[in-house]
Amino acid sequence: MRSAHIPEAVTRSFPARVEEVTTIVAYLAGRAAELGVPDMRVMQLELAVEEAVMNICSYAYPAEAPGELLVRTWAGPDCFTVEIEDTGDPFDPLARADPDLPDDLDARVVGGLGIMLIRRLVDDVRYRREGGRNVFTMVVRIEE
Amino acid sequence: VEVIVKNQEGFVVVRVTQRLDASTTPEFEKRCVEIISADTPRMVLDFSNLEYISSAGLRSILATAKKLQALGGGLSLCGLSGLVEEVISVSGFDRVLPVYAGVDDAVRPHS
Repeated sequence: MRSAHIPEAVTRSFPARVEEVTTIVAYLAGRAAELGVPDMRVMQLELAVEEAVMNICSYAYPAEAPGELLVRTWAGPDCFTVEIEDTGDPFDPLARADPDLPDDLDARVVGGLGIMLIRRLVDDVRYRREGGRNVFTMVVRIEE
Repeated sequence: VEVIVKNQEGFVVVRVTQRLDASTTPEFEKRCVEIISADTPRMVLDFSNLEYISSAGLRSILATAKKLQALGGGLSLCGLSGLVEEVISVSGFDRVLPVYAGVDDAVRPHS
């Protein structure tokens, strides 16, 4: 017997290539909207997923041998979860501290803001290494 | 992304609409490089019809701001709302660049 409380996860595979980022983000946005995530939260998720996927597509695999990336999504009664998996080298994007944000334009370094944006825009973010895969999880609460 | 450029009160006003993300930012950045000139190094980015910006867009804004500053000018932002306003605030860009409500405020003389 299947419990009505166990949300059904949907997993889809994409090539881990920078050219696929728009497709992956659009897919995620569609899933989130379908599962009842409010518009503003969908946009925040799109951004978080774009940042996470860009990292994977840019760094996880050698350029000459791009790998695969899995997007798994599900919703519980009050939250929506997206997990992004790759089989690249172990890499914990959350291990690094947020960059300094000096008030002086000259002192600002270009880049390094992606992970910080993810941390601020979603309600929970986690990383785990599991069976040769990097699993990056982002959760948003569903509330208007 | 759609990029519309005009000159107003000695400023180059660049209206950017829709999305500044990983796939559209290279086009935006290319346009910025074409537009930036030592004659009018003061630029305003009008984001009133921009819906979405990611770190790719932020990188491009910062690079543009640094170039303009090196030319003795500068970059300001206007028309922020929703996610764009949130991202600009979280990244602290509103502390390194002037932010105005609209284009008219941005091109008004400031002391």
